[in-house]
Amino acid sequence: MSKVLKEKIYSIEKLAPNIFKMTVESEYIAKNAVPGKFVNVKCGEGINALLRRPISICSIDREKHTFDIVFQLKGIGTEILSQKQAGAEVDLIGPLGQPFDLSDEYKNIAVIGGGIGVFPLLSLLKEKKSVSKTAFLGFRNKEYIVLMDEFKSASDRLFISTDDGSAGHKGLIIDLLEKDLLENNFDLIYTCGPLPMIKKVVEIANKNGIKCQVSLEQRMGCGIGACLVCACKTKLGDEWEYSHVCKDGPVFWSDEVIFDE
Amino acid sequence: MSNIDLSVEIAGVKFKNPVMAASGTFGFGREFADYMDLNGLGAISVKGLTLAPRPGNKPPRIAETPAGILNSVGLQNPGVEAFIKEELPFLRQFDTKIIANVAGSTIEDYCEMVEILSDADIDAIELNVSCPNVKAGCVSFGNTPGGIAEITKRVKPYCKKPLIVKLTPNVTDIKEIAIAAEDAGADALSLINTILGMAIDIHKKRPILANNVGGLSGPAVKPIAVRMVHEVSRVVKIPLIGMGGISNGDDAIEFMLAGASGVMVGTYNFIDPAACLEVVTGIESYLTKYNYSNAYDVIGKLELNG
Repeated sequence: MSKVLKEKIYSIEKLAPNIFKMTVESEYIAKNAVPGKFVNVKCGEGINALLRRPISICSIDREKHTFDIVFQLKGIGTEILSQKQAGAEVDLIGPLGQPFDLSDEYKNIAVIGGGIGVFPLLSLLKEKKSVSKTAFLGFRNKEYIVLMDEFKSASDRLFISTDDGSAGHKGLIIDLLEKDLLENNFDLIYTCGPLPMIKKVVEIANKNGIKCQVSLEQRMGCGIGACLVCACKTKLGDEWEYSHVCKDGPVFWSDEVIFDE
Repeated sequence: MSNIDLSVEIAGVKFKNPVMAASGTFGFGREFADYMDLNGLGAISVKGLTLAPRPGNKPPRIAETPAGILNSVGLQNPGVEAFIKEELPFLRQFDTKIIANVAGSTIEDYCEMVEILSDADIDAIELNVSCPNVKAGCVSFGNTPGGIAEITKRVKPYCKKPLIVKLTPNVTDIKEIAIAAEDAGADALSLINTILGMAIDIHKKRPILANNVGGLSGPAVKPIAVRMVHEVSRVVKIPLIGMGGISNGDDAIEFMLAGASGVMVGTYNFIDPAACLEVVTGIESYLTKYNYSNAYDVIGKLELNG
């Protein structure tokens, strides 16, 4: 169950241009969070930046009772959030949403992340047990390549790409996935990032007969499944319906989702 | 504070307090039960129902605007029969009144739904003739005195429950719409629905909402809503349920002073899932502060400046 919580900010750090990591002390979230879930954060006071901002959980420290979120400055809400100081209080609802499937039947897994979408995959890599884990992470340029120590220690193989070639492979992270699939195979691919990348990953997974989980984004209202704004098209028998990213997702099996909008 | 009587009577229904969850912001209550005791609510107006299930509009369906939001959900709902079978039994576990909000694209749709719901275990029907987010019908019934009179008159014979007609603010003179609804047989009026608006992504040079336009709600609309409740309260005798940007008890008191017997909390449920109960507490505190013992000590007690 998720709760409305007022928790203390343990630390806040600028990782890259416009990218911040906030560590929050929360016994409840640290105990109940599962990789793939998110928290819905009230960034401003009162009616300032009115809606809460959904932010994925990036890392969970179950012993220290803290969790991390990594967010990108996008507008007034995230700007206010980025200016908060350690020791201050943050108002959030969580943990929310459907998490990644971490069941043991998937032993050889890959994660493919792009941009801000790499961060929810970190907690997955950290918590997925006793398997071979390969991470494919795409960034704009080398300035945005952050938390690499953590990604490295949480994965068995790590591939990096940048748009401008300033680090790793120059080009799309998809290229590295396709190349690796010529020699390797996976039981399950998890992906999070820009929609064009997700669509391409799903296409590649389908072609190779690999199961795939996608973590989707959509503009949200309540974050708890009531307002019905964060719609995403999913299959319903031979028909389709609008499911909701906040409650039915953000993680879906790729074969549930219809990517035609 | 226990000796304060917060109960109000609207269209023959006694509500334990004036605070209700507004249609479209509260689903069918399930999601909120994790965060608050639904027994504390005066009523829940459920997500707008249509005769057949509706998938709703394409996303994005929401855009944040200064002190408000624009939405264009497009009445996604499971249909009136599924509501009665699958949602109503859950809601009925709680000691709160249930208002069924109905929307249609033809008058016949409305009549049929009202007839079906008249035999269901609900306390009142709210006629949504003012949803800005569906292309056919709906808002077009609500934006002329003739339109609202016709639909209210035609629905009324099928309606065995108290009939609340919900008014759109997207009109030149809301008073004449309100009078027309009253004359046609409305037992109460609720106002305001959302205000038609648009937000543009300047980088993409396109509207943010897939539907291009949507309904504005939230604190930004409150002064407009209060003014409209005030205006309508002066020209009709039936009770009013006021809404538009209520986020705390003081906001609710404004609406009550302006003439609303009930108040609905909408957008703020998204920010604070227990917002409705905060509003109840806030109303109680106000009454205590001024040594009032009854909600009616406030309702319609606005004194205008000379």
